[in-house]
Amino acid sequence: MDVTLINPFINATINVLETMAFMTVTPGKPFVKTDMVAIGDITGLMGLTGVANGTVAVTFQSDCILSVVSNMFGEEMREINAEIIDAVGELTNMISGQARRELEEIGRSFKAAIPSVVAGPKHSITHYTNGPRIAIPFETDNGAFTIEVCFEK
Amino acid sequence: MDTSIKVLVVDDFATMRRILKNILKQLGFKNLVEADDGTTAWDILEEQKIDLVLADWNMPKMTGLELLKKVRASENYAKVPFLMVTAEAQKQNVIEAVQAGVSNYVVKPFTAEAISEKLEKILK
Repeated sequence: MDVTLINPFINATINVLETMAFMTVTPGKPFVKTDMVAIGDITGLMGLTGVANGTVAVTFQSDCILSVVSNMFGEEMREINAEIIDAVGELTNMISGQARRELEEIGRSFKAAIPSVVAGPKHSITHYTNGPRIAIPFETDNGAFTIEVCFEK
Repeated sequence: MDTSIKVLVVDDFATMRRILKNILKQLGFKNLVEADDGTTAWDILEEQKIDLVLADWNMPKMTGLELLKKVRASENYAKVPFLMVTAEAQKQNVIEAVQAGVSNYVVKPFTAEAISEKLEKILK
């Protein structure tokens, strides 16, 4: 797994949450994830093609995404509903876009598909390739979320 | 900036339409219409008189770029101010949009100030 493919996703996540949700997020230590169960309640998933094929997934705990979207809308969101699901898709889209911009600067160009969203406790994340699943945990003042990046070997 | 004009906001994500409309309202725009993809946006452009378009790039059925090209090829909207608001930030995307006649380009994520600044420029 090429680690230069990971940092752009960390930087993009920090930038997107800070700019759109006015939140400071703290990345933890990346690790290799060995199972398919999501670390949270709702996941945005996006396929990437280009110099390699892969997927990026953003999984939020409920309290975290409610706080994020409340900040984005300037209005308190209290339950996981269609608006929250939509927001997770757009957040995934923005993180992917920013990361791809940074990857382009190091000569790695990718295109992205339109994201899909899966919700529910203990849902699974199916990455499209067989490479290692690198998980990057993030902490916020209102809960945690995790980015998973998986590129083909 | 003339905020009495009619603005069309196009994005397949309702979240983004809501955020953009909130920003536009804060700037004083009151006449706002929205569409969730390029084909719906084109229908609205044909039925109503739109003075400004804000559009995403990646949308099903008709992308923002395809919508831009259609708008620029039309007699009624050839010169309508068109702001692309998109996560597509790679150089080739910007070049394509400029070549297709985009008025300006905002990359997601964005601040309200960035939107305001770009609108000031294109609505002069």
